[in-house]
Amino acid sequence: MQEECLLTMRQIDKKFPGVHALNNVDFTLRKGEIHALMGENGAGKSTLIKVLTGVYPMDGGEIKLEGQRVLIHSPQDAQNAGISTVYQEITLCPNLTVAENMFIGRSGVVIRRKEYEKRADEILSRLGIPARSTQLLGKCSLAIQQMVAIARAVDMKCKVLILDEPTSSLDDKEVQMLFSLMRDLKSQGVGIIFVTHFLEQVYEVSDRITVLRNGELVGEYLTEELPQVQLVSRMIGKELEELSNLGETEEKQDEEKEVFYEAKNLSSSDALPFDFTIRKGEVNGFTGLLGSGRSESVRAIFGADKVTGGTVTIKDKRVKITRPVEAMRNGIGYLAEDRKRDGIIAELSVRENIILALQVMNGVFKPISRSESEAFADEYIKVLNIKTASRETPVGSLSGGNQQKVILARWLLTHPDYLILDEPTRGIDVGTKLEIQKLVLKLAEEGMSITFISSEVEEMLRTCSRLIVMRDRHIVGELTGNDLNQTQVMKTIAGGEA
Amino acid sequence: MKNPFKLFKRKEPLTDTQLLMTITIVIFFIMYLSAVFGLGGGFLHAKQIFDMLNDNSSLIIVACGLTVVMIGGGIDISVGAVTSLVVMSCVLFLNRGGSIIGSILLALGIGLVFGIVQGFLISYLEIQPFIVTLAGLFFARGMTTILSIDPQKSQHEAFNTLRGKKIKISWLGYTAKNGNRIPAQIELGVVVAVIVVILVVILLKYFRLGRNIYAMGGNQQSALMLGINVKRTRFLSYVISGLLSGISGYVFLMHTGAGNATNAAGMEMNAIASAIIGGTLLTGGVGSAVGTFFGTMSLTTINKIVVASGLNEPYWQKITTGGMLCFFILLQSVVLGRRSGKKSSGKIKAFFRRLINSIRKKKKAST
Repeated sequence: MQEECLLTMRQIDKKFPGVHALNNVDFTLRKGEIHALMGENGAGKSTLIKVLTGVYPMDGGEIKLEGQRVLIHSPQDAQNAGISTVYQEITLCPNLTVAENMFIGRSGVVIRRKEYEKRADEILSRLGIPARSTQLLGKCSLAIQQMVAIARAVDMKCKVLILDEPTSSLDDKEVQMLFSLMRDLKSQGVGIIFVTHFLEQVYEVSDRITVLRNGELVGEYLTEELPQVQLVSRMIGKELEELSNLGETEEKQDEEKEVFYEAKNLSSSDALPFDFTIRKGEVNGFTGLLGSGRSESVRAIFGADKVTGGTVTIKDKRVKITRPVEAMRNGIGYLAEDRKRDGIIAELSVRENIILALQVMNGVFKPISRSESEAFADEYIKVLNIKTASRETPVGSLSGGNQQKVILARWLLTHPDYLILDEPTRGIDVGTKLEIQKLVLKLAEEGMSITFISSEVEEMLRTCSRLIVMRDRHIVGELTGNDLNQTQVMKTIAGGEA
Repeated sequence: MKNPFKLFKRKEPLTDTQLLMTITIVIFFIMYLSAVFGLGGGFLHAKQIFDMLNDNSSLIIVACGLTVVMIGGGIDISVGAVTSLVVMSCVLFLNRGGSIIGSILLALGIGLVFGIVQGFLISYLEIQPFIVTLAGLFFARGMTTILSIDPQKSQHEAFNTLRGKKIKISWLGYTAKNGNRIPAQIELGVVVAVIVVILVVILLKYFRLGRNIYAMGGNQQSALMLGINVKRTRFLSYVISGLLSGISGYVFLMHTGAGNATNAAGMEMNAIASAIIGGTLLTGGVGSAVGTFFGTMSLTTINKIVVASGLNEPYWQKITTGGMLCFFILLQSVVLGRRSGKKSSGKIKAFFRRLINSIRKKKKAST
């Protein structure tokens, strides 16, 4: 079947300082298809979208729309060319009506309200969107707001519609509403690029899948020809055949040690209820694709999100952990996923960053003396091999890996019994990665319990003796012993059917 | 007609803007009527309303300009000082033989220059509006004092005749104790103010620029994504405010007939208070010129009530203004919070719930 090519992107190249975000990526969108763009964090999905919509200028390559070469320098250019984007966060104005949101920015000098409302109502009813044009947008549900954004795009005669993570804040019913709208537009010849990390939704609605990994094109597949487990292995980056040959021979210590932490039905504002236990000296891990709820779960353990239910026992004693400081007093440390936002304070020195958590635990009225803090800092700079000019150097000027070590030092200084490491190795060089992995194993030997999260399954297999697999915000399996191999992990992530 | 009530039936619930405006109007009438019944006297006569308008026409004009800026999510605190500078410049210009047309152009020109310069700094160089207009305030005040420290009375014949012209409505007047008929009088400035209010209403409601200002105040990032030229829109909102400050200055001069370095002192604060009482949110996106008009009138009414109750000292007016502002902001946050089901009212509720729970626990513990 030879379909008409609507949009072709050839050899797109985009470099950021230190990162090759897109390396010769090709992408083709045909008329009347829903094309899923898949990839793990940092694969280059959003960079590709932003190049296409003119948010970033591209460093090389060309974009053709209906065979014509187009130059896109701004979101405005993209819209005029017929490429519309609906972002995850709604980019409409809540204080205006639905009709105004559809026509603002492209109306005449005088507002012809009645005419706009009539036209808006026509489009809304044609697309089957249950909203009135005179309604205030802020009073509509998120799903309706998203659909209004789509309606606006449709009325602007868009040929290419980009939906960037449109379903992440919708419930099941709303997702179905959105999907039927997408199918409707598809039948009208609109090409839709669908960016999501929900595998099931991809299989439900898309015709074709393009997978990116580390800024490179992995391949383009027909959805029906690519089983889910294959898709996962392409996203994560190991061929299945290759995987099954890998012999995993690591000692798994599974002795019955005492349980350190146990949660039953723990839930938070962002995590569904789940059970979880960790023994003294155990290293376990949460795995799953981005958005599967792995970070949300550990955040609930630490009390970083609003805890909404469940019971927690630490060393057989019931405790209540609703705030990070309570978790810290109970001996839990948490190294956050986003170290720029949640972790380091770039303007403060290495020393100040290291003593931060200890100071919080001691309280404001028991300051740590200067000489004491200097001693602590020096000790950990040596133990963790932190490469810094001095202990007073601002953390912001250190490399990513060394920043990570500073945060690690911060938590080690509080002598936690249980340490949660959320993506501690992201964006740091291989050498430091190995150092951190070794350190994790050494700490566990000394009796610390550790939960380790990483996007790289291999790394998890090397360090963890138990893996908890999550998919679509539910725990779908626990792997130990002989099941701890990549094939099994991927099968579980993808949903069993190989 | 199938349904004769259809005309009165609203299709949509009120928007935040309409709701806050309605609240202000209702409270204004309640206040005024209670003054009529409670204090009687001057409040019984229509003259009272006309006096309130005559005294506050320039405040109404600047408050309208400020409303435009505030809906767009900005602030302009230079308006009072610019008004004062315009008053002084025009009176000196007239006294040195300038023409009336020339003085009007001078007033508009000064306002426009302030609007353009401040708007440029705020929108294109992205400097904080509060800082820029604070600088504008000091600059304009300083310039006024440089022009003349002493009060200047207008000696321009034609101008004085013009400013003496009043619309007299005899049947709305009243008969004084000595038998003289005192008609209700409306100054020309009031006519200008009413025209300004109407024009701003039309601009905000029926023109692209107006809707863009609402969109920008509602969510700046979205406005940008929707293809609105946010920088130009913000620039123009400050130009409008500057221009209206110029007009306000001229109206002020028509009312007082003299320039003084302390003219319109604190007017920017009264203008902000008027806009807020009229339902304009400091966060932007919500507000209306009609609301601001009634905001000014409410503020004036409460001050008149305070004076009529025998509290003549000016600090009492300041205290009541403060109290009223506080009352309206609380009222607005409760009303809007109730609508969205969160925000402050949610917090207030949660606070009380916690309080009650802890009291209950203590009771249980003691029994």
